[in-house]
Amino acid sequence: MENKTTRNLYTIPYVIWVAFFVIAPILLVLYYSFQDLEGNFSLTNYRNFFTPIYLEMTLSSFWYAFLITLITLLFAYPIAYLLTKLKHKQLWLLLIIVPSWINLLLKAYAFLGIFGTYGMANKFLETIGIGSKQLLFTDFSFVFVSVYIFIPFMILPIFNALDKLNPTYLDAANDLGASRWTTFRRIVFPLTIDGVKAGCQITFIPALSLFMLTRLIAGSQVITLGTAIEQQFLVTQNWGMGSTIAVFLIIFMFIIMFATGTKRRRARG
Amino acid sequence: MDKRISPLSRFFLIVMFALLYLPIFYLIFYSFNSGGNMYNFESFTFDWYKELFQDTRLLIIVLNTIVIALLSALISTVIGVLGAMMIYKIRSSRTKNALLSLNNILIVSPDVIIGASFLILFTIAGIQLGFYSVLLSHIAFSIPIVVLMVLPKLSEMSSSLLDAARDLGASRWEVITKVVIPYITPGIFAGFFMALTYSLDDFAVTFFVTGNGFTTLSVEIYSLARQGISLSINALSAIIFLVTMLIVVIYYFITRRGKKSPDLEVLK
Repeated sequence: MENKTTRNLYTIPYVIWVAFFVIAPILLVLYYSFQDLEGNFSLTNYRNFFTPIYLEMTLSSFWYAFLITLITLLFAYPIAYLLTKLKHKQLWLLLIIVPSWINLLLKAYAFLGIFGTYGMANKFLETIGIGSKQLLFTDFSFVFVSVYIFIPFMILPIFNALDKLNPTYLDAANDLGASRWTTFRRIVFPLTIDGVKAGCQITFIPALSLFMLTRLIAGSQVITLGTAIEQQFLVTQNWGMGSTIAVFLIIFMFIIMFATGTKRRRARG
Repeated sequence: MDKRISPLSRFFLIVMFALLYLPIFYLIFYSFNSGGNMYNFESFTFDWYKELFQDTRLLIIVLNTIVIALLSALISTVIGVLGAMMIYKIRSSRTKNALLSLNNILIVSPDVIIGASFLILFTIAGIQLGFYSVLLSHIAFSIPIVVLMVLPKLSEMSSSLLDAARDLGASRWEVITKVVIPYITPGIFAGFFMALTYSLDDFAVTFFVTGNGFTTLSVEIYSLARQGISLSINALSAIIFLVTMLIVVIYYFITRRGKKSPDLEVLK
């Protein structure tokens, strides 16, 4: 048929995009990770990655990401839970999401003021009698600001999961004599675990890789995988090493996505 | 608020909401401070706003940012809709899933990796870093979200609708323009707005692929913030906040029109 090829012309832009902006970049990163500073093929970068310096950095990056995800979850779950109980819940949800639309850098910048030596946080500490402290450029402020930034993204999937929860299950549990804690532990939480997983995925991966937050808020106190990649690419100009770290970050990303597997869209009764 | 939650929970929610908005209003509050710092409010002034509007360099950067956002959102919407149609047409579910996974790679990838790999790509392809490299990357990372917004609309479209149109003698082109496109319009709008916010919000990717001569607002804020506090950033953020609220309201009403859409689920 003559129009078989012309028919499929419309697919060209999208196919080009997949080839050049999805597949090619991954292959390029992989290719560069095997190049040393002189541009020869070598495993130097991989050998370097397994030295204590890089392993320690990876470990601490994971530790901070874990901490941030955990604290975010501990706050996000009750907030999402309470939101579903409100009358105009969609409106309140929108109000939670709005701050996430404000540019992340502006929010980070706001904390430069709040956590500054004479900032609001220190004034508060002085009023309650603790006295002012160095807050900026510490790991505390890094974790705090990260939690602040990720909380809307964690609330959203949990809220959606809770909102879909069939309320008759709760009535049934109640009728059968389950305490509120048992109901939560045995019914509410297991049924919303997919939302929790999605939220953790959305939080954990960026927490490993955000570099502007560490630069602005944590100074040199915290180095994440993202900071290291940025450093290698834009400061040291060692693309090979940067690519190697990126390869590991991609591997970690797949592991995390696999662990928080999206078995969503299960049939519901 | 409802009676169904205890006073303690209500207090918790109020504190959380206050904390969530505190940094934003903190910024806006001090943008009127004549003292020039973010801790000691001296007196009310509009000076920082005046300074902002006299700063032509910054105004050009704002303009750049808007041009990049609109252009990239427009182009990525077109390509994304075409891509969604292509994926929709694929019969074999294995090919479909494979393509969808490829599609989603850029959504789940950390920004640093997208930025770094695009930097390598542009350097190898010989594209000079600047306006075009930034535009291309913004188009590239916005396409998958458009596909994700449009695809559900295509899938929920009943095939009898298409059959009816063909039976009534509509050509392929007419089926697409008169039946398919109107049906998926809410998805297209949602995709366009998502692409717009992705572009306006992006810092990391732009930071990697922007050269010396070209900057967007996020990158500029970053370099200003690294130098310390300057209250024109506060004035700028107040304006950005207002504009964002405006976009949110517009977006809200547009998506409201297309009945109860699941758009909120995919918001980044």
